[in-house]
Amino acid sequence: MELIFSKSKQGKRGIKFPRVDVPVEVKIEPKYKREKLAELPSVSEPEVVRHFTNLSKKNFDVDSHFYPLGSCTMKYNPKITEKLASLEGFASLHPLDPQLIMGGMLTQGALEVISNLEALLCEITGMDAFTTQPMAGAHGELTGIMLIAAYHRNKGNKKKYVLIPDSGHGTNPATAAIAGYEVKTVPSDENGVMDLNEFKEALTSEVAAVMLTCPNTLGIFNPHIKKITDAAHKVGALMYYDGANLNAIMGKVRPGDLGFDVIHLNLHKTFGTPHGGGGPGSGPVGVREELEEFLPVSRVVKRKDGTFALDYEKPLSIGYISQFYGNFGVMLKAYVYILLLGKEGLIKASEIAVLNANYLKVKLKKYLDVPFDKNCLHEFVASVSHQAERGVRAIDVAKALIDKGIHPPTVYFPLIVKEAMMIEPTETESKETLDEFIEVMKELALLAEREPDVFRDFPKTTCVSRLDEVKAAKDMDLACLS
Amino acid sequence: MIPEDLKYTKDHEWVRIEGSEVVIGITDYAQSALGDITFVELPDEGGEVKMSDTFATVESVKAASDIYAPLTGKITAANGALEDTPELINQSPYGDGWICRIAATDASEEKVLLDAAAYGQFLEESKS
Amino acid sequence: MSYIPISDDDRAEMLKAIGIRDVDELFKGIPESLRTSSFDLAEGRSEIEVERHIKDLADKNSTDLVTFVGGGFYDHHIPAAVDAIVSRSEFYTAYTPYQPEASQGTLQAIYEYQSCIARLTGMEVSNASLYDGGTALYEAAMMAIRITGRNKIIMDGGVSPIYRKMMYCYTSNLSIEFVETPVVHGQSDRSEIEKFLDDKTAAVILQNPNFFGAIDDHSDIAERCHAKGALLIESVYPLSLGVLKTPSEMGADIVTGEGQSLGIPLSFGGPYLGFMATTKKLVRKMPGRVVGKTQDAEGRDGFVLTLQTREQHIRREKATSNICSNEALCALRALVYMCLIGKDGLKEIAELCMAKAEYAKQRLEAIKGVEVKRTSPTFNEFAIRLSKDPNEIIGKLISKGIAAGFPLGRYYEDLDDYMLIAVTEKRTKREISMLAESLEDALWS
Repeated sequence: MELIFSKSKQGKRGIKFPRVDVPVEVKIEPKYKREKLAELPSVSEPEVVRHFTNLSKKNFDVDSHFYPLGSCTMKYNPKITEKLASLEGFASLHPLDPQLIMGGMLTQGALEVISNLEALLCEITGMDAFTTQPMAGAHGELTGIMLIAAYHRNKGNKKKYVLIPDSGHGTNPATAAIAGYEVKTVPSDENGVMDLNEFKEALTSEVAAVMLTCPNTLGIFNPHIKKITDAAHKVGALMYYDGANLNAIMGKVRPGDLGFDVIHLNLHKTFGTPHGGGGPGSGPVGVREELEEFLPVSRVVKRKDGTFALDYEKPLSIGYISQFYGNFGVMLKAYVYILLLGKEGLIKASEIAVLNANYLKVKLKKYLDVPFDKNCLHEFVASVSHQAERGVRAIDVAKALIDKGIHPPTVYFPLIVKEAMMIEPTETESKETLDEFIEVMKELALLAEREPDVFRDFPKTTCVSRLDEVKAAKDMDLACLS
Repeated sequence: MIPEDLKYTKDHEWVRIEGSEVVIGITDYAQSALGDITFVELPDEGGEVKMSDTFATVESVKAASDIYAPLTGKITAANGALEDTPELINQSPYGDGWICRIAATDASEEKVLLDAAAYGQFLEESKS
Repeated sequence: MSYIPISDDDRAEMLKAIGIRDVDELFKGIPESLRTSSFDLAEGRSEIEVERHIKDLADKNSTDLVTFVGGGFYDHHIPAAVDAIVSRSEFYTAYTPYQPEASQGTLQAIYEYQSCIARLTGMEVSNASLYDGGTALYEAAMMAIRITGRNKIIMDGGVSPIYRKMMYCYTSNLSIEFVETPVVHGQSDRSEIEKFLDDKTAAVILQNPNFFGAIDDHSDIAERCHAKGALLIESVYPLSLGVLKTPSEMGADIVTGEGQSLGIPLSFGGPYLGFMATTKKLVRKMPGRVVGKTQDAEGRDGFVLTLQTREQHIRREKATSNICSNEALCALRALVYMCLIGKDGLKEIAELCMAKAEYAKQRLEAIKGVEVKRTSPTFNEFAIRLSKDPNEIIGKLISKGIAAGFPLGRYYEDLDDYMLIAVTEKRTKREISMLAESLEDALWS
């Protein structure tokens, strides 16, 4: 589709401003002025709306497509959450208002939302305190590792390593590194969980933290988890829980009960807030009591009279990790989601997410390799290695799925499985949808046997076929400047 | 394709010894494992490198591979042609796709390099 | 309320297919001793009940105040078409565009967004966005450190105090040397910057307009930076670029800013939009996602995430940042806003804001007990000095339905008799008069 700039013509307008009602003429000294106006497109509102409406139709999305993207929890996003988050009483609230004198009283409703959400997240995860400030999962990880660093610094501990299993999300090592730690990778064992012996070998008194996803990216719950957390605590290391996969275990097991000290959640995964094409998300961080004093400021506190206020007087706090209180609009949606589902709804969400994943795994085993074939939780990793022998790789199957109207699973992750396809159906998909997916995979498996060569041309039904990524990386055409 | 006249490392770099200088590149195996190369980060001419230091990076669309210095010394030249045509490494890994020249300062380090036969064997072993 | 389309019969069939009797069996890998010790939540509620609760909470917030509070976050008008576009679930319920053929909508929108940010700032490239203005500035500082291999950062006192606090927080485990230079007569202190600028300096960080609303031309500082091999990082207020000299014209190497003013609601602090633009030369050291234009085998134009070797899923601990998302929907808001407002509209709104702010300045400086420093020009925000405690005055005006401004003492100890007043295109002459009259009243009655 043509770029919006191609519709630009001098004189077209998409907005009209009120007439200047003040008797002032604007004068700017030439040295402070830009030479030429910014070349934003000159287009009318109808053109803008048509352009973006047509663009939107070139996307797959959860409302119209099955989207079994592993570790991303692409569940349905309830419509009521959108409606309530756009209420004027929240949408037009200035974040500096509660910092004005008596200003706290201007934002009591918003502060109550934050306080209530923090309390709910504590109960769901078994942690003692939460901050809602981190704006994404990776941002939560960074906050969490900074909390761990602050904790060790306060104790006078000198530690320099963070241990991460080789199945961990790429953000884990990246986070540990930018927070100033050295990363040590621990291999997985034959059951797909972190190798206990290798772990014990690597666990020295210089280890600051161990970062784990549980269940891990293979959908497997680590049976040694308590041994791991106990061993880590013995050498003074803290346990970090990557909450990307919390949708598997709500009401069944809590990271706090397992001995984790710091955790982050992804409200855009587990708690049904939309992914927005890559953001905004929200990645709250929960901690055990001993770490609460390090949480970022401000903290929302409830006063004795039942009103809420912001507390900035936290001498041991790591400081400001966000401009204000987090991605409030996203937090509000997650709060609404938790209230709607309630206790039995959250438990059922996890149960059905796990049921759906296991049903798919059992049925798909006939057509795909499943390297770690145990009971999985909310997701599992299949491998296209069998088909790859005939030249059909995971990426080819993914592109074929697109032609069938299904968003492909996560491919080539985790790195420990060859030709990996990580499948997470979530609880909001019907049996009919799952059966259709199974049928399609069966069809593709057969096709891979018979006509492996045809896969190279998929997808054919989309507005573009496979794109030249080498050209993109070499040309670096990253902006249309004229 | 493993030229007999070159020396190799287990990180898949090749070394051509030319008097007091050596020419360095990545092997045919390495370029084919990386796929279409899109970018090469070259070392600064005149810079000092220590054996095993990362001194250049070769990137494809989905991978970035650090290049380790096979020998200690001073960089006397970098292959500027790779800036605009990184695909030279794919097309001619042992020829036009060379990465840089180093004036090696410790001849004894050359002993740890593999010859063609040893590198070939190393490749075979790592495949199985 | 539940959103589960699996019936009891479905469930029974699925259990049978798996070969188990009860869903609980699927959780048997979790040892009994580790099971949840408590899950004390309320029962699920209906839409009606939850809506009532949330509306009650919304009503506890005062949003009918006439606001002159800014501080980097502004009450600008948002055209209805912006909300209409981002409400399309094809955009908001999509994931990160990892499968380009199934995500051309999001990808093209991000490419257009990158193009608009580049045109706005005058830079060559932009990333697909970061969390917010503060994290964008921190990422820019880290980028400069990576590029130069140096570790000293000079920050101007006119950079948002919130951003500066964030910078210290994020770098507390790293060995980075920070120097803060003061603001003189509203602008950057050249001689102080020069004093600290040396061959160990990775970057100088400036903001335009600065936190006090003052406009500057930083070209001379850019020259001095480059002479020492340091980079210039500029944090900018995007709407001001309708009229003000661009960071590119000044010679900046990395440009960041808070994109909230581009069609994003205040929403109690987020979600917002951090933008970052730079030169082609430095793009490989830039953090965050980037979309590039390319072609398919039939020669049709298309868009993909590119230069991914900088990112965490490939580089792991060597990545340029740990970020693995962007604020895509907020970037889409900003893009639609920039398209609607257009080339001429951007200049108009910038001038409208400036004119109204200037009028407010004139009205307020006529009041006894109010002092306005006119040492440097300002954009749409300015500081005034009061003869009484600004907190007290602000409190009095809130009770009259006006959020008069922000007390500078909150972030600057030596400025506790100052407050900051922001005026956007939404404020009318009448409202500005009301502010002036109420302020005078509060000072003298």
